[in-house]
Amino acid sequence: MDTIQRKLLEEVAGLHEIPEGAYNIRANGESIDRGSTEHIEIISKEDGSGIDIIIQPGTKHESVHIPVVLSQSGLSEAVYNDFYIGEGSDVVIIAGCGIHNGGDTDSRHEGIHRFFVEKNARVKYVEKHVGSGDGLGKRIMNPQTAVHIDEGGYMEMESVQIKGVDSTNRLTTAELKAGATFIVVERLMTHGGQNAVSTFEVELNGEGSGTHITSRSVAKDKSTQLFVSKMTGNTACNGHTECDAIIMDDAAIRAVPEISAACTDASLIHEAAIGKIAGEQIMKLMTLGLTEKEAEEEIINGFLR
Amino acid sequence: MLELKNITFMVQDSSKEKGILKNVSFVLPDDKFIVVTGPNGGGKSTLAKIIAGIEKPQEGKIYLDGEDITDASVTERAKKGISYAFQQPVRFKGITVLDMIRLAAGRELSAAGACEYLSQVGLCARDYIQRDIDASLSGGELKRIEIAVSLARSAPISIFDEPEAGIDLWSFKNLIQVFEDMKNKLHGSILIISHQERILNIADEILVIADGEVKTQGSRDEILPGLFGDCERGGCRFYQ
Repeated sequence: MDTIQRKLLEEVAGLHEIPEGAYNIRANGESIDRGSTEHIEIISKEDGSGIDIIIQPGTKHESVHIPVVLSQSGLSEAVYNDFYIGEGSDVVIIAGCGIHNGGDTDSRHEGIHRFFVEKNARVKYVEKHVGSGDGLGKRIMNPQTAVHIDEGGYMEMESVQIKGVDSTNRLTTAELKAGATFIVVERLMTHGGQNAVSTFEVELNGEGSGTHITSRSVAKDKSTQLFVSKMTGNTACNGHTECDAIIMDDAAIRAVPEISAACTDASLIHEAAIGKIAGEQIMKLMTLGLTEKEAEEEIINGFLR
Repeated sequence: MLELKNITFMVQDSSKEKGILKNVSFVLPDDKFIVVTGPNGGGKSTLAKIIAGIEKPQEGKIYLDGEDITDASVTERAKKGISYAFQQPVRFKGITVLDMIRLAAGRELSAAGACEYLSQVGLCARDYIQRDIDASLSGGELKRIEIAVSLARSAPISIFDEPEAGIDLWSFKNLIQVFEDMKNKLHGSILIISHQERILNIADEILVIADGEVKTQGSRDEILPGLFGDCERGGCRFYQ
């Protein structure tokens, strides 16, 4: 692994060395290092398109790291990873992708992740995306996450994309059985001429299932963002989505909420707000001695934290 | 020492100019505790904003320790040592109470250090320190946090715009204690805009502003009897 790859790895997964627990490190289209544990097995798919992560039932307090780094300009890849999270287990999965593109051709990573969360299992999934490099080639990431949560299962997903990704089209779908919970916190910032699309489609099919999706984003310069969130309640369930966006400069943001209920006991809420930073917020921080620019940065950093 | 000389502030009100402050002059001496009082709409809050630099007067000068700061920005004034607690505290998504106290202190402050300021305003620090300063806090909680933030600044000049507004009676007693402590450990000047007799009672000086003008200024003993004496007879002379 070279210095650029190491740096990206640190940024997306906080890794300085071989992580504890199970891991698979993918660099420039190949798996370069892998480790399984007694309870977590990582195996390549037979057709070579990705990996299967199999977590045995009852596995507690273990982690899986599966970072991806791309430093070769012009590389385009699609990876299919499937996660089987065994009944009653409780694990943390850290994914993430870093692209450094110093050349003039586009680099693209498409990660298609499927999660099968079995009965009463709990999983926290963290996904961080960054881009770097000053070539003309674009850094493109199109992650897809398909989540299936069985009865009583719980999944928390945290996704962060703060800088350097020129184009992203994210799709997150989930279907929940009885008593299942799906919590999402998405944080996104676009700048320059970047474009981001993020779509959520959640189906609440089991009685007592619930979801809470929070999206916070900042669009600067001439960047554009589109949020689509569709939530369907087919039974007694609870759903809440919040899209909260700060718009700056010449950016454009569109938020498209859609909630549908097919049961009188489905309770669904959608909140969406787009606005600039409130002048009084900047003023308050200026009365503490910050300059206008520092105040703005402080507000954005807090908002996206 | 802060000195305001002939401050005039006008706003456009249905095609004619309306004077919010008219030729206001006064001095806030070092280590003094001044309470500015007077009827609502008399120009008190505007005066506080003019000192903090949020509003710019059309006429007049402001001097801080002899230096003309009339054209200084809000940031510059803050750096020079003017602290200003808002009457209506601002809410933020994602900025915690601890962040705000650290920003105010202008240095890395331990959580325990920040807690001291919160305890002083009667908040159990452990419950608050990591909370966002957002809509989940009540008006009274926000006001107390705003005061704690001002305490953390330890500025030579501290301005509070109606710190008692929105604070429940139980907390109000503690609030008076906070200001009494500030006065006793005074290392700077305090200007409080208030209608509360108990705050007026601990003032060194009282300044009465009504209709955009300084009606009177003097020591507490000179001014206070006139204010409340009249109230007992059915109306303060400044509240007609």
